[in-house]
Parts: sequence; C-alpha cells; structure tokens
Amino acid sequence: MKVKTPSKLEKILAAGHLAVTSECGPPRGSDMEKISEKAELIKDYVDAINITDNQTSVTRMCSLAACIRLKLMGLEPVLQMVTRDRNRIALQSDILGAAAFDIHNILCLSGDHQSFGDCAQGQNVHDLDSMQLAQTVRLMRDEAKFLGGGDISRPPQMFVGAAANPFADPFEIRVPRLAKKIAAGVEFIQTQCIYNMEKFELWLQIAGDRGLLDNVYILAGVTPFKSAGMAKYMKNRVPGIEVPDELVKRMSDTPKEKQAEEGVKICIEQIQHLKEIKGVHGFHVMAIEWEEMVPEIVKASGLYPRPSVE
Amino acid sequence: MIRSITQPKAEKEIDLLLSGSGRIFIIGCGTCVTLTRTGGEPEVRAMQERLSGKGKLITGHLVVPVACDNLTTDALAEYGHQIDQADTLLIMTCAFGVQTIARQLKKMVVPALDTLFMGKETAAGEFTEICTQCGTCIIGETGGICPVTSCHKGLVNGPCGGTDSGKCEIDKRKDCAWTMIYNRLMDLGRLDSMRRLQPPRNHLGEPTPGKMILSEK
Repeated sequence: MKVKTPSKLEKILAAGHLAVTSECGPPRGSDMEKISEKAELIKDYVDAINITDNQTSVTRMCSLAACIRLKLMGLEPVLQMVTRDRNRIALQSDILGAAAFDIHNILCLSGDHQSFGDCAQGQNVHDLDSMQLAQTVRLMRDEAKFLGGGDISRPPQMFVGAAANPFADPFEIRVPRLAKKIAAGVEFIQTQCIYNMEKFELWLQIAGDRGLLDNVYILAGVTPFKSAGMAKYMKNRVPGIEVPDELVKRMSDTPKEKQAEEGVKICIEQIQHLKEIKGVHGFHVMAIEWEEMVPEIVKASGLYPRPSVE
Repeated sequence: MIRSITQPKAEKEIDLLLSGSGRIFIIGCGTCVTLTRTGGEPEVRAMQERLSGKGKLITGHLVVPVACDNLTTDALAEYGHQIDQADTLLIMTCAFGVQTIARQLKKMVVPALDTLFMGKETAAGEFTEICTQCGTCIIGETGGICPVTSCHKGLVNGPCGGTDSGKCEIDKRKDCAWTMIYNRLMDLGRLDSMRRLQPPRNHLGEPTPGKMILSEK
C-alpha cells in the first residue's frame, strides 16, 4: 500500500516490516514523568506507543497531553480517541490540536460504557461512533474539510486506525464489521487480545477471502498473563475475550512464583505462532500495567532490533 | 394525556426505503398520529394513492385503534390475508407502533414517520415536550417546570446568557425555561429553592435502554 502520511508506523508497515506497538495508560494525576518513565522503558522496542483515552471509563490525564509529551521526547505516539466523552465539535478540535503537534497516528474507538468507571452517573455522548470518527479523520486529512463543510488550513496528516474484536459474538458479523471499518477509511487495525488462535486464524482467513487484507494492516493484539488469576478473570469476566481452557490450566498448573514467567512465555509463543500467519502485519503488545515486560517479549520473539525508516 | 408526536418522513426517503418492494400493506393508527394528522385515515389514504401512482401494488390498508397496544395483534390477524400478500409493511404510526407491529409479523417494516418526542397538547394543534423521562426528577425544586426538558441546554442551575425577553435564543417560539421557573417561584415566594446548587445530574437513573421488572423490586 502507498504511504499517505508522515507516520513512522505507516512507513514501517508499508516497507513490509512486522510492526510492533504497545501502549501506556496516562496517570490519575498531572505528573507527566509517569508517562515519560513508561515510554522510556519500551521506546527502543516498539515503533509507536498508544496512549489510552480514559480507558475503562476511569478519569485520567488526557491522551492528547500525554501524546504531546511523547512527541516532544521524539517518540511516535498513537492518539487513542473514544467517542464516549466528546461531541463532533470537540473531536474535530482535538484532532486539530494533535495535528498541531504533528501527531501522525490515531486510533478511533467508541470506548467502554461509563458505568464501568469512576463517573458512572455521567452522560455518554457518542455523537459519532468509531467508524464515523475514522471517516471524519479521513475527511479532514484527505479533503481538508470539516464535517460542517468548511476548509481546514494545514489539515491533519494522520494514519487512521481502529480496533477489531474477532472473538465477540455473533462471530459471523465480525468480518463484515471489519469491512465496514475499512470502507469508512480505517488503514490499520489493532485487535483485541488473542488467545484463541484457531478462531483468530479463521477470522483472518475469511477477511482474506473477501480481499480485505489488501486494504488494511492488521496488528495482532497480545497480552501476557501476570497470573493464573488474571487468566481466569479474562476468561470468565471480560466479554469478548476468549481464553482456551488449556491456557488457563497451564497457568494454574504453574507454581505461583513462576506464573508471571509462564505468562510471558505463552505470550512469546503466541507471537511466534502469529508471525507465520499470512495477513498479520505486526503486533500490539498490551502489557497491562506491566510495561517493563515489553522489551523481553519483543526480544525473545525475534522482533528486535526495530527497523528504521526514512 | 401523553402523545407521541411525529412528523412525516420526506417522500424521497420513504421511496428509497421502499425501492425493493412491489407489494405494500399500509398501517395507520387512530390515536396520536390521527391527532397530529400524520397517520390517520386521511393520511393513510393519501399515501395509498401516492404509492399506487408510483406503480406500487397496495395489498390493503388498516388504521388500528391504538398501534402500541397489545390488542393490535387481533386487528392485524383480521387482515392476515392482505398482509401476507405484501412484501413490506409501510407503517404510519410512531415508533412504538412500528415496533409493536414488527415484533408480530415476519415482514420488513418501513416507518413513514419520524417520532420527535413524547408531548402534551398545550393548545389546539400545539404540542409541547415537557418530560424526557430522565429518571431523576428535580421539578420539586423548580416549581413543577422541568429545565432538563424545557431548556435547550438542559441546564439545572439557572438560565444561560441566551435568554431574550423570556424566549430562548435558539428558537423564538419557545419560552426560556428558567424565566418561567423564576416567575413561578417568585409568585410562590420560593425563590430560595433556586439558590441551591444542583449537583451534576445522575444520568444513570435508568441507563438507556430502560427496563423495569416489578418482581425484581
């Protein structure tokens, strides 16, 4: 695919390298050093760093401010933007704010329902949904237009991403939904955490058969288990995540003090398996509040050193 | 009485929604949409004429007494044969009626109207939205006037700067809710209740989609 933006992530993908991204959650406070520390840990092992946008609806420092910090450190941020909290005026305004700092990647999401977070009584917005947000960024970028029709001076130059969950039911609508996101203008996908390889491969195969993989880069999402408890929690309590019984058993059969190590080992095996699958263009390593493990996972998976692009 | 306030969709939109359908059965309602003249007998007949003129085969029509009522099942059963012959039902009721009917028949339904709000007839031919069913009623402190509904911004702590001689700047036909509340509370000698700072609203009163099961209470 032709490169359309100055995004380093896009250039790496277009050059045919397996890309690696990871993510950092901003702090529940205004201490920017927390972001810098997390970014320092992983910066040499990833091509871009997602900054989450009030994930699980818990109020945090805004994604945009943290992305600007990464940019000032010379790093490549992926601005996550959810449609839960802002209407189309605010969304477009924040896109321009990000563009002013030459933030070149955006991940368009709808966001968890506010009832899961710390402001359960809050109002959600969803003036646009994630697909409409992706479409909006493309309109602003490609046609230098606002949704209202006005012209944008110095339009944003953003590589446009979205999430995809191959596991949520009904399974049959997952590929059509991906197709719809691509049609809306999505250029890269970061998937939900993959544990059920068979189902992921089936999803990818159906997408490939429809010709969708010629028009989008798929970054496979992986998350290492920190403990057997986490594996069970992900299996039983998180809708849309499928953890096969044998993985839960493998974690549970490991002595407690060795579980973290085993979780990382599983994650590395998963990446190595996924590397061989046609249609996988890279990895999104979501080491939840465990950023320090990212270097080891990337190295042991044979994804280090990271390529450089002009 | 609560009325479901509707307005007709543009003909172009209806035609687009019906573009794959040749045989149509039309359903109206004898209650709110008759009152608002959007889906009563005359409007249903006019629709039948318009669509016939466009080459559609109308297999029949029916104006049910109250489309959102469960008794609609019986009314529909009576017209079973004509409904069976249609591939699409064009429904000229509010969305409550459309959904009540859609649940019972294995047919694609096309709404001919947009449902605007739950309103009250405040004068002959005038309908006003006075409650949005927010789930956390504060009108005990506002003299019985709801600012969540009647203020365009839904402000709960008094008017913004856009009030213009008692009307709202965004629509001159509409009174400024907070001017009305102020006048009412002044008449009642209760301006004190306007002084209390209302906390942020609880939007989780009953998150949409609302559901209530009495046996769980």
